[in-house]
This record gives sequence, C-alpha cells and structure tokens, in this order.
Amino acid sequence: MAVTQICMTMVQKMLRERLCHHRAMGKLFGIDQQYKHLLELLKQTTVCGESNSALIIGPRGSGKTALLNRVLKDLREMKQVKENLLEVHLNGLLQTNDKVALKEITRQLHLENVVGDKVFGSFAENLAFLLEALRKGNRTSSCPVLFVLDEFDLFVHHKNQTLLYNLFDISQSAQTPVTVIGLTCRQDILELLEKRVKSRFSHRRIYLMNSFAFKQYIRIFKEQLSLPAEFPDKAFAQKWNSNIQLLTEDKTVQDILQNLFHYSKDLRSLNFLLMLAVSNVTVRHPLITASDLQEASKQYRMDSKANIVHGLSVLEICLIIAMKHLNDVYEGEPFNFQMVYNEFQKFIQRKAHCMYNFEKPVVMKAFEHLLQLELVKPIERPSVRSQREYLLMELLLDNNQIMDALQAYPNCPTDVKQWAASSLSWL
Amino acid sequence: MRVLHRPVRHGDRHRPSSARRQTHSPDFREERRQLPLPLPPSAIFFSGSVSLPVSFPDSNMAAPPSYLLPPSPPCARARRRGRDCRSKNCSFMCFCFSSGIMDTRQQSKIIYSWYGKPTNSDRKLRTLQYKGILIKSERSRKERCIQLGDFVLVEGENADQPFVAQLLDLYEDGAEQKHAVVQWFSHISEIPKNKQKLLKRRISSQEVFFDKVSGYDTDIAVETIIDSVLVIPLRLKDELPTRLKKEKIFCVKQSWDGKCFKALSPHTFSKLNEANRKEDGIPNSFNSFVPSDIISSAKKETKKAGSSATKTKNVEMEIESKHSASKSSLSKKRHSLRVANGIKNPTARKKLELNSPTRSPKSKLLEQEDIWALLDDDCDSQLLKPTAIKRKVKFTEVLSSPPKITCANDKLKSVFGTAEDQEVLSGTLRLSPYRKLEDSNEKVRSLNMEVDAIVLTGHKELGSQSPAVTPRSRRTCTQETSTRIAEQISLLNMLESKEEEDFLSSSDGSYSSSSEEEDSDVSCTPEKKTKPSRMFSTPKSSRKPSVHTPAKTPKKTPLPGTPRTPRNATPEIPRRSHAAQKPTSVLEEARLRLHVSAVPESLPCREEEFQDIYNFVESKLIDGTGGCMYISGVPGTGKTATVHEVIRCLQRATEDDDLPSFQFIEINGMKLTDPHQAYVQILELLTGQKVTATHAAVLLANLFCTPGPKRKTTVLVVDELDLLWTRKQNVMYNLFDWPTQKHSKLIILAIANTMDLPERIMMNRVSSRLGLTRMSFQPYTYKQLQQIISSRLNSVKAFEEDAIQLVSRKVAALSGDARRCLDICRRAAEICEFSSQKSTDEIVRMTHITQAIDEMFSSPYIQAIRNASLHEQIFFKAILAEFRRVGVEEATVQQVYRQHIALCRMEGMQSPTVSDILAICARLGACRLLLLESSSKYLHMRVRLNISQDDVMYALKDD
Repeated sequence: MAVTQICMTMVQKMLRERLCHHRAMGKLFGIDQQYKHLLELLKQTTVCGESNSALIIGPRGSGKTALLNRVLKDLREMKQVKENLLEVHLNGLLQTNDKVALKEITRQLHLENVVGDKVFGSFAENLAFLLEALRKGNRTSSCPVLFVLDEFDLFVHHKNQTLLYNLFDISQSAQTPVTVIGLTCRQDILELLEKRVKSRFSHRRIYLMNSFAFKQYIRIFKEQLSLPAEFPDKAFAQKWNSNIQLLTEDKTVQDILQNLFHYSKDLRSLNFLLMLAVSNVTVRHPLITASDLQEASKQYRMDSKANIVHGLSVLEICLIIAMKHLNDVYEGEPFNFQMVYNEFQKFIQRKAHCMYNFEKPVVMKAFEHLLQLELVKPIERPSVRSQREYLLMELLLDNNQIMDALQAYPNCPTDVKQWAASSLSWL
Repeated sequence: MRVLHRPVRHGDRHRPSSARRQTHSPDFREERRQLPLPLPPSAIFFSGSVSLPVSFPDSNMAAPPSYLLPPSPPCARARRRGRDCRSKNCSFMCFCFSSGIMDTRQQSKIIYSWYGKPTNSDRKLRTLQYKGILIKSERSRKERCIQLGDFVLVEGENADQPFVAQLLDLYEDGAEQKHAVVQWFSHISEIPKNKQKLLKRRISSQEVFFDKVSGYDTDIAVETIIDSVLVIPLRLKDELPTRLKKEKIFCVKQSWDGKCFKALSPHTFSKLNEANRKEDGIPNSFNSFVPSDIISSAKKETKKAGSSATKTKNVEMEIESKHSASKSSLSKKRHSLRVANGIKNPTARKKLELNSPTRSPKSKLLEQEDIWALLDDDCDSQLLKPTAIKRKVKFTEVLSSPPKITCANDKLKSVFGTAEDQEVLSGTLRLSPYRKLEDSNEKVRSLNMEVDAIVLTGHKELGSQSPAVTPRSRRTCTQETSTRIAEQISLLNMLESKEEEDFLSSSDGSYSSSSEEEDSDVSCTPEKKTKPSRMFSTPKSSRKPSVHTPAKTPKKTPLPGTPRTPRNATPEIPRRSHAAQKPTSVLEEARLRLHVSAVPESLPCREEEFQDIYNFVESKLIDGTGGCMYISGVPGTGKTATVHEVIRCLQRATEDDDLPSFQFIEINGMKLTDPHQAYVQILELLTGQKVTATHAAVLLANLFCTPGPKRKTTVLVVDELDLLWTRKQNVMYNLFDWPTQKHSKLIILAIANTMDLPERIMMNRVSSRLGLTRMSFQPYTYKQLQQIISSRLNSVKAFEEDAIQLVSRKVAALSGDARRCLDICRRAAEICEFSSQKSTDEIVRMTHITQAIDEMFSSPYIQAIRNASLHEQIFFKAILAEFRRVGVEEATVQQVYRQHIALCRMEGMQSPTVSDILAICARLGACRLLLLESSSKYLHMRVRLNISQDDVMYALKDD
C-alpha cells in the first residue's frame, strides 16, 4: 500500500510538472522545423557573432515560449556557447514603457551603472549609456547579447518605438552582436511596426501554427500521459502506460479528444484537460479512466452563465423567461423593468392557481439580483433622475442557454417550462 | 630697506585700493562689493612697522571709481566655472559658486577698450591701430592691459580648451569693431590624430605648435580674448623643466604647417623670445604699486617660497592645493596680464609678479640678480617670530582644511630639521619672490602663507650666498635658513594682525622638484617676465573646484545609505570568452558580406547623390560657412550610409590636407528620449560637457552665434529629423537657425523619410531656414539592387546570377529597400546551407530565393486560418454568413453564435456553448484575425474581420 502511495505521489508530481510547467522540459511537438531554424539563428549569433532579429508568431498556447526555452536550454549546453551569451528577457506586460525596459536591460546586462540591483539616472542618460555600451562593441570581440521580448506587440505601443528602433538598428549595424527575438500572438505584428523600424527588422518570422492532424494529437495525448522509462517502479509504470495505450484506443476518449481538438488545437487546452483528469488519480483509483476524462471535459467546457442560471429562484427564472419573450417580440431591443413586470403579470394572471403573485417590490428585488449577477445589463449608466423601473436593459443570455438551463433546473414547475417554450401557450 | 622710486603712471593709483581691499575674510567678495569707492590716500598706506617711502604723486587726486575696485573674478572665467558646476551637477559646487559666480556669469560684462592713443591710422581703410587693449570686467572693475606681442588665450568652442595665440596687431575698423590679428599656436589636440604620429615623440600637454596653417582666420574679434598666457620657445631637444610641468604655461618647440612639423626657425625663435622679453620694457601704467604692496612683498615671497617648499614633502597635497587655489581664485584669470614695468626697480617688478594669480614659473624668467637683491631687502625689513606659524594654523582650521594644516606642520618641521630639503629650497628660491598673487581663495592663501613663510627664509639664506649656488653649497646653509624662518613668520604675523595684507598667494607650486636641469632652463630665459596666467584647468579638474577642502573634495564618496550611479561608469559590454568563429564556407562568407551591418568597400548606385552631398559639404568647408541640406527617402535607400560615406571621404581628404579639417557629429532622433535631448547630445559630442537640455541650448547658441575664431567647421548629421518635432518646433528652429549665423561654421545634413516634411510639419520660419537644398533618394531599381548585391558579394561565388536578379526584381517591385534585399539573400543562403548539409559546394539557386521570399512576404493570415481548429473555421463561416445576411460587415457575437449553431447542425456536429464561442472569439481576436470590442459586453460584443472576406473564403475553400 505504501508503495502505491509513493508511486501515486510521484506520478502526480511528474505529470503535473509536465502539464503545467512548460519550462524547457516540455517536449516539442510538430515544430522541428522551427526549432532548427531558431537554434541555427542563435548559434550564428553566439558562435559567429552575427546580429539577427526574428519574431516568433503563433496563437496563444502554441508553444512559443516553450520553443524558445528549449532552444536556449540546448544552446547553453553547447560548449562554444556556454559563457558566450548574455540574455536579456523582457516582457511587454512588465516593461510597460521604454524607460522601465531600459533600466531592466541595463540591470540584466550588469552594466557599470548598475548599483546593487538598481539602476538610477534619467531615461536619457540610461539610453545614451546603453547605446554607447553597445556601440563600442564589435562583431568579433564582444559578447553577443540576446534580447527576448515577450509580448512583443506591447512594445510596439511604446512612444516612437524607440526601444525597438534601437535594438533593430543595432542588429543591423556593426556594433555588439545582438539578436532580438520577439514573441507575439498577433499575426498583424509587422503592420504595427513603424516604417523605419520595419525596415530594420530582418523579417524573419517563425510561425507556430498548431498545424497537426488529429492522429498526432492522439499521439501527443499519449506521450503527455505516459510515464518515462526511468520511472523507479517499473511494474507500475508499465501498468500505467498500457492503460494509457488502452485509453487512446477507447472510443469515448477519442470522442472527447476529437471534440476538444475541434474546439481548440492548442496544447495548453489539452494539458488543462489532462490536468483535471490526472488530479482525480488517487491510491484507490490508481489509473485514469475514460470517465475521468469525460468528467474533466465536462468540467472544462462548461457554460459559465448557464451554471449561474441553475442557482436562481423560480421568480428569477420567470423574469428571465419574460425577458426572453420580450427579446423575441422586439427582436433584441432593450427593455426595462416595467416591461418585464408586465410580461410577468400576464403570465401570473393566466396561471394564478399555480403561481404566487409576488408584490412588485419583491419582483424588483429579484430583478436587481439578476442585475448583480450580470445576467442583465443596463445599457446606460443609472442616473439619479431616471427611475429604476424604466432603466433600459439587455439580457446577457442567449435563448439556447435559457432553454438548456431550464432543462437542467431542478424542480421547475411545468407551467413555467411551458411558458418558456412558447409565450403563446395560453392561447 | 630700500626706498623704491618708481614712476607712477596714470592709472597706477588703483593699485593701493585694490590691495587694501583684499582682506583675509573668507567672504572677501562680498566685502569688496560693499566698499565705498574713493578712498582717502591715507587709507591706502599700511601703518605697519615698515615705513614706506614710496613716492606717490597722484595720491591726492580722486581716483576714478573704476580703478578703485579690486580685481574680482572675471566674468568669462566665472562663466566657465559655472558651466563646469552645472555639468557635474554637483550640488556642493553649485552651492559654492551660486552666490558670486553664477551672478557674475549673467550680470557682469567685460568691457574692452583701447589702451593709449592710436599709434597708426590708415585713412583708406579707416582703421586705427593700437598697441594695447584694456580688458575691464564691469562688475569687478578689474582691468588688465594686453600689449602687442603678448601671448593670449582665445575663447574656443570648448570652454576648457581655449586657443593660444600671440597678439600681432590691434586695430579698430571703420565700424568701430575692435579687431586683433594673431599668430595662432596649436595645441596637440587640435592637430589631426593621424598627423600626430609624425612627431614621433611624446607631447606634453603644455606643448603648443607655432601654427602656420593657412586655413584659420587670424583676424579675430578682440572680445574673444580671455587672458594672457606665457609661451616659452624651446629648442627641440630641450625639455620643459619638470618643475614647470604642472604649470599652465606653454612651450613651443616646433611649427606646424598643416602637413608636417618643423623646428622653429631661428628667426621665429628669437621673435618669440623677444616677445617675452619685450614685456619688461613695456610700461604698464595700470598696475600701480602701492607702498603697502611693497611692504608686504617680502611677506608674499615668503608665502610663495614656503608653499613651494612644503611641496617637496607631499607633492600630491601640493597639487591639490594648487588646484584649489587656482580654482578658487576666480579673479585671477583675466587679471594676470599685468606686465612688469620696473626695470630699474626690483620691487616694482616684484609687484607685477604679485599680480599674477598663477603659480607659474615666473622665476625662470627673472634675472637672478634681481631676486637676490630682493631677498636681501626682504631679510632686512623683517622681523621674524616663530609664533606666527601657530597662528596660521589656526586660521586654516577656521577655513576648514584640516588635512592641510597637519601637512603643513609636517613640512615645517621637516624644513627646520632636515637638510635634505635644501635642494628643493634652492629650486624654489628663485621663484618665490615673484610669486605674489593678489587674489586667491582665502583658504588656500592662509595655508600658503604659513608655508611660504617657512621656506622663504631658506631662500633668503641661499640667496645671500651666491646666485650660482650648487646644490651642495646650498645645503650648507640650511641652518641659517631655519633660523630665518622664524623671523619671517613673525613678520607675517604682524602684518596680518594689521589686516593690511592684501595679496594672497594663491598657490603653490610644483617648484619643489626643481632640478639642476630646470635651473639651466630658467637661466636660459631669464628675461621673461610675463605673467604666465594659469591656463584653465582641464575639463575634469575644473569640474570639481574643490574649494573647501582640497584634500577631500575630489573624491566625493557616496553616502552609504544612498547608492548613486557611478559617475565614471564605462559603457561596455563584456568581451566574449571564446573567439568568434571565422566563416568556414563560401556560403557563410557570403552571409557575412550580405549582412546589412557589413560596410561595403564602396556604395554603388548612389554616385550622384554622393557627389551632390560631397560637393555641398566640401564647398561649405572650403568657404568656412554653414548651411543645411535636407535629405529624404524611404527607409533602406542608403541615405545614412551615403552620408557616412561622404564624411569618410571628407575625412580622408582632410587627412591628405586637401580640405580644412572639420568636426563630425551625429545625432539620431530615434535615439533621443526627447527632442530637447538633441542639445545635450550635440554639446556632449562637441565639447564633452554634460549639462541639462535648457542649459545646453544656451551654450550651443552661444557657441554658434558668437564669433568664434579658429573654430573648426562642424558637420552635424541629424538622422530621423521628423522626431525632433515639438509643438513649438524650437529644436528644429534652432538647428536650422545656427547655420545661418555668420560665425557658426555649422553644416547640417538633415535626414528624414518624407520628401515634403518641411512643408508638412514645419512652420514657415523653420522650413525657410532649412532652405531649398534638398535631395531625395529614390527607391532602388532592380538593376541597382542587383549591383549592390554583386558588389557586396564581390568575388565570392555563392549566388546564381538569376537568383540575384529574382531577389532584386522582387524587392524593387515591393519597396526598393536594400535592407530587405540583403536580408532575403542572407536567408536564402541559410536555407541553401541547411538543405545542402551533405552535398557540399551548393550555391544559392532560384528555389532557395523563392523559399526565402515566401517566408518573408507570405501573408500569415491564410495559413493561420487554415491551421485553425474546426470550430474556429466554422466561426469564420458563421461570420461570413451573418455578414451576408445582414449586409453589414459587423455583427454581434450573439448573431454569429446563432449562425454557428445552425452550421453545426447542418454538419451534424455537437454545437459549442456560448462560453466556448466567446473563447474562440477571444483567441481569434488575440491573433488579430478578428477585431473585437471589449469583452465586457459579452454576447453583444461586436465582431469584425481583420482580413478581407475573400481571403477568408479562399482560406476555407480548400479545406
């Protein structure tokens, strides 16, 4: 028992690390070409001192950072490169303007104007200092500098694109060899560059497109879940791996994966799904089953708003149904509370025997609760003059969502269900 | 005590008052300001123990107020200092100077007036010639006379690097402008680097060259003269005496005619020597010597000598004190030109020397006999008490220079006790009597006095023996010296207590290290009496005028709590640990040559533009005028490269002496954080000063708008001009206004992208100043691009001809950007290298080029849509359907969602939830395939396509 306990802990740790922590250890799938290109590029910089610039472009979760980390890891292991590369990592979300970015660059390069871990001096001084430092170097004797700009598109919005201009300009002139790598998910990134900046950019773009078919997707699924050969408990690993193999052949699992694949091809969503499934694994439940995956998939792709509807009171459901009818009648035009109340009153009058007739203030209270849940949203901001009853609103739920929610709603009165299906049912 | 008779000329009478005003109070500047101007003659005389039988015929006359005020810091010097202060941003310095100096900079004016009557006049030219000029600082009312033949410092573009010249002629032209004709001397830094090699010897910073280069205007405005200075002609083999090494005087050994260095011709040599000698003979009526001066002269000597002696012990200390002294004695600068006139009268000459604020090697210039005589006088006239020393020390303490005190004490002891110092003393001996500096910093003065006193006695002893004493013989008289010291000190003490001591010995001396060799030097130029004014300190030192405590100030250590950016941090990237790999294959070689950063041997296809720019700059250089040129062109058309090439060629031409030399500086609008930083950068590149933007603007305007003689032409390249735009456009205005100034000698090459920039963004007054010299760089044609690639590749056979043509045509059709062209070629070479890893000797073919072009120019959108997930694609379809239904290219997510569900039903697929759809929407929005409103509107968020519907349909069709 204790052995299984240990095994489980190890499995959890190993798989979770693999799924969540895509730092350098994650395997790369289907991007060998890009890997080679990037590795070659950086090798040229470090070994030959050739300046370069490149952008890695791909949708979110497509493995841009993983690719770069992997390349850097492999690069650092090379003998020629080991001590020969200075790295500067910037992130557009952190370095929100050039001033901050410059200080960060200076700090990471450990230039001489760094005091302790801080950089003082004005923006102009720092820029001049950094440019001077980089200008002094030359191709053959200076240590190459790698600039990694994560969220590259955010740097584009800096004033005059000064930082980008200067980095690209250095990469195109005989100064310290630099390589500028930008990571971005925006396909239109080149159009954002100012013409002078654009001209200085080398136009190397490395695209990550998630361009794999479903078969590869299944393989990735398998590899992500399989335990490596060096797992200590060989027997358990074998059992685990054969289970995974069975899973990949399972129809339900394939359906789940297919669904997910159709929904999103990026590996991050797959990892997330697997993470949910792996978390279910315990000592009592040592192997992943198809139902685990199904559960995880359900959880992962749940509709958030529909979920909220499940928790509403009958009165609130009634109000939502009233709004739905109003939307149908007026083709999505905004409504106000009074209209909803009237609609509700009509229903109550028809079905007085089964529904309690709430006072108007109570209905108002229920309506305000919906407002707080953001199922209803005012079109304009409430002002002092306009009465609350007549504030124009719109419903943030689609008819489908409402119907789906009603299906799942526990103990829903039949009249209400009927009313929801058709506003004309009373005829 | 000798009775000194000297003819007193008009103007002499201002001396006494000035002497008197120079009090010991640290606040002497203030005090001076408040003093009533006319003084009764009685006030002029010291009432000390020494009687002063000096004839003073004019004493009854009311002196003109202007003469009565003592010398004070000349404004020019103050200005310099002010700059320095600011440049260092050093708060403590600013504090020191803020009261007096900064004011001076702004308020005081220097008045130049002729000395004497016109000697000569030319009717035709309507010029009047004069033999001297009076320089008077309005605020301090201090004036100085500079005569023909004197050596002067002339304002240069860099405040810390004035030019050296000899005054040949002074005249006033018809327009009442005062002119001076000068013979220039070139400092080593003014000589082109490549020519410096011709010297084949090390040049001390004090050496200047007799300038025979014809390019410079020798006719300068008198207003640019700062001060007089001493220039000593030396034989080529002679060395500048080591003890003068620290001095701000100059020596000239060779002449420089722009091509080579020649030894001074005997004629020139003798002329220069004469110039120095002549000054003895020139009557300097403005320096009248007051009896009080005479009294204190001995004392002054002592001070001088003492300070020099102390130096032996602690040379560094001395230097420091010297610095501080010289710096603090602000008035000294313009003041130093008093020329000795007392040929008959040793004291008179002494006086003159006193006037000079410098610790300059006057001694050299003096006749030994005079000195001995003087020393004798001094000895006779003074009673010396040892107690004076202590008192002095106290004084210095008050002045907050404790380190000095101890040092001085040490020195005193050593002087008393050891005979080893004798040599030093002997060296200083001759110098000391003359080093009387009337104005100087109080603090330093006090120190010097004390020290001087000690040494002086030693000198006297030596002097009394014989002028030609050998070192050994001097040593013998040490004992006597020490006894005399006490006497000397007591005298000083006495004088001080009466507060009549006016002349402050500003300084110091590196005389201490005088050797026999130096002695010989001194003797060979005994007649020179010009006051070698202390040259302005080098930029670095002047920036830290360590007024308070010289020993401490230079190193301003940061407080532990507040870390500050190291001032002297050198911008540098670490060196690589492994050598960069050399290109091993043809392709690698080609790749290196094709890199945009590689500087090609020549710039093909821009010959015309090159010639135009070259001619423009060349003509301006030859004329010595200024001008602007505006260069436009889309990115990557070689604007900056061509300009750089022009500059390189011009520099080569100046090296070959075909053109006058010029200074090249470059700024780039993109490399500035703010348009106003342009001033800062230009100033720093020009002079090395670091100041704030507003101050830099003022300094630059000063530099370019005032007549600056002997300034090199400046070629300024302003890249990315459009970024210097400000709302008021003052940066652009100034940039283009300076070249139009008469004396600016500024050539501006402005580079920007748009042809109509001047019309589009500039105000009329700016664009009119920019002028109409425009040049536009057309995008390269395919033939030009082809030529560029071929010339870069040179002989490296790595590309097929057709491949090159393909690239050129492609790029020419797109943008004509040479950078793009080179990048594609480089990438193609890489692809080729990749694909041919096994089969060697592959060259780049069409296929590689096509691949590279595809990589670089293919639109990413279609690929992105093709690689999107199924639901994402359906979402696109739904958008298209919705657009078609509504007829507007915009829809809400809700509408698209309904279409999406309909489509899913048709295809028999499970329809996604609203959350899924919104997630898809956000993903596509992040890639900017879609344009989205803010997500807070949830279902009512509007969606647009970021690409054309046709593209989307095309991308989806193939599926």
